[in-house]
Amino acid sequence: MTPQTTLQLCITIAVIALATAFVRALPFLLFPSGRETPAVVRYLGAALPSASIAMLVVYCFKNVSFLSGSHGLPELIAAAFVILVHRWKHNLLLSIAGGTVLYMVLIQLVF
Amino acid sequence: MKTKALRAAFPYTLPVMLGYLFLGAAFGILLSENGFAPGWAFLMSVFIYAGSMQFAAIGLMTGPFAPISALLLTLMVNARHLFYGLSMLEPFRRMGKRKPYMIFSLTDETYSLLCSVQPPEGVDKSWFLFFISLLDQLYWIIGSCIGAFAKGLLPFDSTGIDFSMTALFLVIFVEQWEKAKSKLPALLGLGITAICLLVFGSENFLIFSMAGILISLLLFKKEVRL
Repeated sequence: MTPQTTLQLCITIAVIALATAFVRALPFLLFPSGRETPAVVRYLGAALPSASIAMLVVYCFKNVSFLSGSHGLPELIAAAFVILVHRWKHNLLLSIAGGTVLYMVLIQLVF
Repeated sequence: MKTKALRAAFPYTLPVMLGYLFLGAAFGILLSENGFAPGWAFLMSVFIYAGSMQFAAIGLMTGPFAPISALLLTLMVNARHLFYGLSMLEPFRRMGKRKPYMIFSLTDETYSLLCSVQPPEGVDKSWFLFFISLLDQLYWIIGSCIGAFAKGLLPFDSTGIDFSMTALFLVIFVEQWEKAKSKLPALLGLGITAICLLVFGSENFLIFSMAGILISLLLFKKEVRL
């Protein structure tokens, strides 16, 4: 159990909640609508989505150890499955549910 | 108009539903295993609503009271959301009264959906986007409450279910790849993040990756044709 009082816990949660909201709101505070957004910011706004999704993809593999254990094989096999099936069928649910079930089978039964 | 937008939005949120119900449940289970009543899971999922940070928050809540550490850790873990806001400046322009909620609820998964979806013909875009965001948070709240109440009662071994998030990001990546006129931003994102992960390790690499991506996108502005 926690050494903190209920009030302290509420403060901790409030700090986390406010800091999270602040980070999410900051770009909108810096570049309010109504004023012309600088061209370079518009460029970044258009180029960042594919770069940051790529970053998140790598982020998902951050704890995978490629040198020991199963060498990241279950992750790589399931990821390849998701990419190929999605390029083939373009069905969001099939790609995601299929890849997840395949991954669960791989780590629970195979590796 | 609202019902139509809600109906149109729902199918797009299914993969996030899958992921959030399970990830949310995992969070709820962990929180209740640390001795917290289900109300805490509900409170956190409503007001914090940031997956990885809520997991990190469990550590902050079980240790001694340290609000400054909580503040710094939150800023670091969530700094990537600065990126998301920058690319949502334009899309959120016309959101009106819904805009504050759209900003508050901009998680990784919601962001990736909002980046990739187009409302079907005849559906109001603002309400469509709003319902995607709202549904996503509802899944997260429901998932974390289920987990908080039902720890230890899962009928199957859920090890590996968290791969649904990876799969979601991969799918979005493929969609953006096929749509993109320039593949350079995606390649820079992959390459820089991978290098930073190798060099700086899994604890610190995100902040370096973000800086690297920003700088390289600015350097290659002429080569990236959007």
